[in-house]
Amino acid sequence: MSATALKSYRPPVMDVAEEGDELLEVAMGPHHPSTHGVFRMDVALDGERVVKLKPVFGYLHRNHEKIGEKSSYLASMPYTDRLDYFCSLTNNWAYALAVEKLAGIEVPERAQYIRVITAELTRIQNHASAIGFLMQEMGASGTPLMYAFREREKILDLFEELTGSRMMCNYMRFGGCRVELPTGWLDKVKIVVAGLPEFIDEIEALLTGNEILMARAQGVGILKPDLAVNAGITGPMLRASGVNYDIRKVDHYGIYDRFKFRVPLGDHGDIYDRYMIRVLEMRESIKILEQALPEIPAGPIMDPKSKIRGFRPKAGEAYGRIEAPKGELGFYLISDGSGNPYRYRVRPPSLINLTVLEDMCLGQNVADVVLIFGSVDIVLGEVDR
Amino acid sequence: MKSAEEILAAIKAALPDAGVELVLNPSPSAQHSLRLAPATAVAVASFLREDAELALDYCSNATGVDWPGKEVTEKVKVTKVVDGVETMTEETVKRVEPGCLEAVYHLFSMKHKHGPVILRMRTVNRTDQVELPSLTPVWRSAEFQEREIFDLFGIVFTGHPDLRRILMWDGFEDHPMRRDYVDPDDYEYEPTPHDEVLKRAEEHKTHAEVTT
Repeated sequence: MSATALKSYRPPVMDVAEEGDELLEVAMGPHHPSTHGVFRMDVALDGERVVKLKPVFGYLHRNHEKIGEKSSYLASMPYTDRLDYFCSLTNNWAYALAVEKLAGIEVPERAQYIRVITAELTRIQNHASAIGFLMQEMGASGTPLMYAFREREKILDLFEELTGSRMMCNYMRFGGCRVELPTGWLDKVKIVVAGLPEFIDEIEALLTGNEILMARAQGVGILKPDLAVNAGITGPMLRASGVNYDIRKVDHYGIYDRFKFRVPLGDHGDIYDRYMIRVLEMRESIKILEQALPEIPAGPIMDPKSKIRGFRPKAGEAYGRIEAPKGELGFYLISDGSGNPYRYRVRPPSLINLTVLEDMCLGQNVADVVLIFGSVDIVLGEVDR
Repeated sequence: MKSAEEILAAIKAALPDAGVELVLNPSPSAQHSLRLAPATAVAVASFLREDAELALDYCSNATGVDWPGKEVTEKVKVTKVVDGVETMTEETVKRVEPGCLEAVYHLFSMKHKHGPVILRMRTVNRTDQVELPSLTPVWRSAEFQEREIFDLFGIVFTGHPDLRRILMWDGFEDHPMRRDYVDPDDYEYEPTPHDEVLKRAEEHKTHAEVTT
């Protein structure tokens, strides 16, 4: 293959032949308010109906993976916070898990409990704000989003007290966690968790039976289960299509095999199911928190054998993955025995969940594209990396 | 869950000419992988997806790895005839091990809930023979990820439905995840008036004039 053939090309969204049918090409984004950041969809429209849709990425690309390869293992830990900046603690856990697999590090019991508690709090605040943003895009200006953010604020206050930062937590380390829990922190978590069921009831009373939500979300943006599996869709979006696959149940990473919780599944795979799955998952997360909080044992929070400085795992490779709030977040690392990873790869759930965006939008109205896109729940920091 | 060896045996039983090798992983994770021959990769991938016992219906992760060519120095024993007498001498020989680009796929089964099974494929070299067969027809989830590999590593996937850049802009010509990639002085069309950038750009300019 010659160098000229290697050059990229940009095919037009519409063919010349199609222009006779009076199609309209619209670039939605990158500064459209509904795109959750800088993201563009080139949409071809026949009247109000979507005929073709091509997502365009890369406005926020900073080559996270190259930076990861140029810095030491530990130096990438704070940078993983910036991937999906809503869920920095689960990002930390996924990276720590991959490195622990690579180097064969054990994690003490207490640290495992702290990880589960922080990850489930992260899941609740992510799902709450995802629902809020979805409603915002539906035109429910403010109210549901502010209800969600009120609750998210309480959880972020807990994170701030624990890690020193509300969003960029940088809390996990290879073989444990960075700092011990502050005095009285667990009691504060218990108070917040005790208030959460009421919040979810409130959100449900506001939305679940809401006529406008039902009219706009039911039967719109349907994703079939076999396509969802083949396209590698993960997280709430996959389970809304009725596929029972939750990595907390499949891999039993951490200590998730000790807790009793159910995996909610949808029937139709439409926007309403994706909303409902997030609500039910928040309820299951509360169950996990209620089981984990009283059980947390005393003990060290770091594996005493793990080295923080001069960390050089043996040559080899490992793939570690967790069930992040948005789907399967994986880290693939190749070590050549030096202090930097030879290859550092992030498997971003947000990017791969967008694979079926065109399939879901075809034949729908242009106003529904915004909703379908919102129901995927993405963060551009992770899509573009 | 079958081990990598058992999967290799199953592939060999079903497709005798597949040419699949086992690649061992020495790290504690013990995630061994299978190296496919590019010519038969799509057939092997379809077998792995369709086989009732394996049913690897979910391709989680697809990524590239760059292995640049390495200069290896070796000591070789050479027999020489010096003044009619055969003597053994040691000589250091330098030889260049050719580099390649590699695509790695992590497969799981959503049906049987097992995995990972890791597949790898290697290109012939890093410059002109960089084609690999695309596995997007088998697993749709590879669509954006193979585009990303093409964009950042420069592997050309034959049979991909829509192979173009995904993260870098369309006019960009290099592949930034390659290990020998050099950052440009400035991304702006006109150099921004930063002393450091201007100085570096001028140095490169004079260097280019000297060499050409």
